[in-house]
Amino acid sequence: MIGIIRTLWLTFLHLFHKNDTVPYPETKPYLSPRYRGRIILSRDPNGEERCVACNLCAAACPVDCISLQKGEKDGRWYPEFFQINFSRCIFCGFCEEACPTYAIQLTPDFEMSEYVRQNLVYEKQDLLISGTGKYPDYSFYNVSGLAIPGKDKGEAEREAAPIDIHALLP
Amino acid sequence: MATIHIDGEPHETRDGENLLQAVLEAGVDLPYFCWHPELGSVGACRQCAVKQFNGPDDKRGRIVMACMTPATEGAIISVSDPEAKEFRGEVVEWLMTNHPHDCPVCEEGGECHLQDMTVMTGHRARRYRFEKRTHRNQDLGPFVKHEMNRCISCYRCVRFYRDYAGGQDLAAFASHNNMYFGRAESGTLESPFAGNLIEVCPTGVFTDKQFSKTYSRKWDMRGAPSVCAHCSVGCNTIVNERAGTVRRTINRYNDEVNRYFLCDRGRYGHGYANADTRIRVVGQLIDGVHHQVPSQAAISHFATFAEDGPVIGIGSARASLETNYALRSLVGAAQFSTGLAEPAHGLTLLAADILRTTPAHTPSLHDVEQCDAVFMLGEDALSTAPRLGLSMRQATRHASFLNADRNRIPRWMDASVRMMGQDFISPLMIATPAATGLDDCAVLTQHAAPDDLARLGFAVAHLIDEAAPAVPGLTEAESTVAGRIAEALLAADKPLVVSGTQLGSAALMQAAASIAAALMVRGKPAALSLVLPDANSMGVALMGGLSLDAVCDMARDGKVGTLIVAEADLTRQLAPERVEALLGQVRHFVLIDHSESPLIERAELVLPAAPITHSGGTMVNMEGRAQRFLPVAFPEGPVEVSWRWLRDFAESIGQDDRMAWQTLDDVVAAIARELTVFARIGEAAPSEQYMLESGHIRSQTARVSGRTAIRSHISVRDQPVPPMPDSPLSPTMEGTYSTSMPGALVPYYHAPGWNSEQSLNRFQQEIGGPMRGGYPGVRLVDAAEAVWSSAHYSTDLPETFAPRDGSILLLPESRIFGSEELSALAPAIAERAEPAVVRMAGDGPSEVTLTLDGIRHRLPVLRDDSLPPGLAFYPAHMTLRAFAAPVWVSLETAEALA
Ligand code: SF4
Ligand code: SF4
Ligand code: SF4
Ligand code: SF4
Ligand code: FES
Repeated sequence: MIGIIRTLWLTFLHLFHKNDTVPYPETKPYLSPRYRGRIILSRDPNGEERCVACNLCAAACPVDCISLQKGEKDGRWYPEFFQINFSRCIFCGFCEEACPTYAIQLTPDFEMSEYVRQNLVYEKQDLLISGTGKYPDYSFYNVSGLAIPGKDKGEAEREAAPIDIHALLP
Repeated sequence: MATIHIDGEPHETRDGENLLQAVLEAGVDLPYFCWHPELGSVGACRQCAVKQFNGPDDKRGRIVMACMTPATEGAIISVSDPEAKEFRGEVVEWLMTNHPHDCPVCEEGGECHLQDMTVMTGHRARRYRFEKRTHRNQDLGPFVKHEMNRCISCYRCVRFYRDYAGGQDLAAFASHNNMYFGRAESGTLESPFAGNLIEVCPTGVFTDKQFSKTYSRKWDMRGAPSVCAHCSVGCNTIVNERAGTVRRTINRYNDEVNRYFLCDRGRYGHGYANADTRIRVVGQLIDGVHHQVPSQAAISHFATFAEDGPVIGIGSARASLETNYALRSLVGAAQFSTGLAEPAHGLTLLAADILRTTPAHTPSLHDVEQCDAVFMLGEDALSTAPRLGLSMRQATRHASFLNADRNRIPRWMDASVRMMGQDFISPLMIATPAATGLDDCAVLTQHAAPDDLARLGFAVAHLIDEAAPAVPGLTEAESTVAGRIAEALLAADKPLVVSGTQLGSAALMQAAASIAAALMVRGKPAALSLVLPDANSMGVALMGGLSLDAVCDMARDGKVGTLIVAEADLTRQLAPERVEALLGQVRHFVLIDHSESPLIERAELVLPAAPITHSGGTMVNMEGRAQRFLPVAFPEGPVEVSWRWLRDFAESIGQDDRMAWQTLDDVVAAIARELTVFARIGEAAPSEQYMLESGHIRSQTARVSGRTAIRSHISVRDQPVPPMPDSPLSPTMEGTYSTSMPGALVPYYHAPGWNSEQSLNRFQQEIGGPMRGGYPGVRLVDAAEAVWSSAHYSTDLPETFAPRDGSILLLPESRIFGSEELSALAPAIAERAEPAVVRMAGDGPSEVTLTLDGIRHRLPVLRDDSLPPGLAFYPAHMTLRAFAAPVWVSLETAEALA
């Protein structure tokens, strides 16, 4: 008996609380930049694809929904194709953590519903954005030893000029 | 046997081992870089440090390099000693100071020995804050990619390339931090074993350039054990696949055959399986044009052909035993051809015959390495069976090992053994028409025409055993050479004679057989090795069949209704006009093959066969060892393994009672039942039912990625993976895996903490010994029990070679890259193959016109003064497709024509 009255009383009190319901989709909720929603591929500060097709995101993915193929152009590695099956993705963010280049990032967008499941398969052109995403300055090739157009051997951070192997000096 | 104590635990070790081997064999993890099980120790990297104590009372101990310290009875060492651990941690930290931040873009990543060892030592954070040294890379040709920044100066590359494989064009340059491992200048690596650098180098300096084009991480690929299809050595390989394409070939250890190394033809030859030349649809010739038809239609079409006269089957030395046997069953033994024209047919059968009747031992490659005198007679084994050539090179080191033993230097002490052994070289004697790639380690080379070489061989046999026929009319020079060879062979403990079919001469093989037999008579445990033209030549020879010439005769007499050709390219065996005649005289022509050949246009039915990467089967190598290969990729669309097509043919003509095979095991069992010589082929590998610890062995790693995405562009719905036909392996990541699996079933090497191929150490009973799970293949031909008598010596001695005016004896040159049929279709091999030239001695013309089979060919000439007069070399099967045996050709120089 007391329990019932208490319940009714608590429910009555809710009349004076602030509303939790939001008129979505007219009003969008705030999501922090760290929210784990739709996955994108970003570009480095020079506007080149950041992804080097190292396959680490695919290996980290617990549901195995990332598939890609390495390609190479002028010494730069890039994904020939990159597909994510979002109908499997659990938005755990492991791929982002595994990525050595900050290429793959989760974004605060969750509005991805589709009527046809096949449409949840995103290809590289659906994933690749034109900016750097959350990490504006990082460029993997500036710290890696590979020579690419515009960055020769010895020009990465903390690199000495290439050795002249014909020099006789020790 | 010695007992050593590792961290307080007693372990048995073999005699003469070093501590590193002993520790690894005991199953303890100890990082190392410069030691290699086949190359020995040099102590260059300082990574394998352990603490050694003088006795139970010694509490201080001292740091030693495990790879440079013999494991002596009672030795007490500690791997986990804090000081030793700290030492190893510092070593790897130094090695890493200059290492680039490259793993994500490094082909070695995920199977990198340096990664593994860095993790093993526990080095995580970089403290070095100064500049890294950098290097420029070189273009090393189509096979090997170079990224010098990643080098840790372990010296393994040059030790393999120069010391082991005899290469000259890779060296160490500069000093200390600046060390550079490369060529004097950019250019293709000349050694045909350069591809092994990929596996020998513990880092990503040398990586696979072809693989990089369709790169995939090791953990992402399906693997399957395979056997190299590109020569008669039958090296064991692992083939990797992802998403339906074959990605790469790597070495699969077989302690008796190829052990740690492959040749580049074998490593890069698989390219044909992905090439555009693959046949992928069923074609039927309707009004002179091929139309794609359903498989069933083609099979019922065959049934109508079969009613139109006798069916003749042409098998092939590059097809599996199962395919040849299915064809033989379908058409009957009397209508089955080996797919070889004379002289190759007769020579191949003769080789099998010799090996079955010789009293000498037929050596495995590992046996070859143990021989202490080698006579190579009339065969350039380095180009016809490259891996055998590499083993023969190792045989020349035998004396230096004995010298080391005398001086009580352990054999693994590589630098000392080589340094002290410089003047102790076991004799390699080479008698060929021209210079070979092994001449640099030979003590004697003799260049002559095939007949003269055979005479030399018979003379050697006579000198060893008087009962062997004497050779009349030898020159004094020849007698001296024969004497030297006989003397060297008799002085040896384990002499080896190598010959083969290259020069199309039965006399040469007979001479080699006579020498081996004579040595046996003199009480020497001689070995005889005969090189055959193709991967399964021995299998076909043991099966037997008609020669193509006999088939041509039958066709001429109108005795052929339908000709079925299984995986053979007749244009490589018969001259163009003979092919024309044959095809003109048969009513129907059915071709089953996986790659296009010039004949495809003419076939009424073309059925797509599965290449060995897509099918399972057995091949018999030159020593008579049956070895199983398993499919790594699913056959695409209507593609079927050839024997299934033939089985369906049999069914369509009501012969299914004899050929109602469902699985590979059924065919294997049928062969073993019917042909006694193959009675044991079932033992080549476990059957399809094989389970390891109650499950099938998985052919994908536990960390294969993209399972729910890799097909999602086709359909987002997950499809179960079908079982892999004819394989005991599970096609997915589900299944069992252990280091004690049978050697014939290893899909990839992995052990906890060991992601690179160095994890092989964990799979062996002892380092360099047999696999824990056994199965090195099964030897079908063994030293004959038949008693040898001098009546068995061949008395068929050829006459002295006499040059002819106006014509020249054109000999078939065997090229490592370009001569073999399937590998020549691989883009990488085609890129590496050099253009065909006529090699001739003397200051001759730059171009000649040869008349061969009535056709005039204008060909460039390369001067080669190692050839005797009257002889010329031209690559077999290259521009002159059917050219594979010596032939007299009339010769006109371009100048003479003008
Ligand atoms: S981890 Fe990053 S760089 Fe590597 S493949 Fe994935 S997105 Fe590309
Ligand atoms: S060699 Fe090994 S450690 Fe070095 S970059 Fe390549 S994968 Fe990484
Ligand atoms: S290139 Fe490789 S094998 Fe050669 S020294 Fe460097 S790390 Fe060792
Ligand atoms: S071509 Fe011959 S030697 Fe080379 S890997 Fe293949 S089987 Fe071995
Ligand atoms: S492995 Fe022992 S010093 Fe290199």
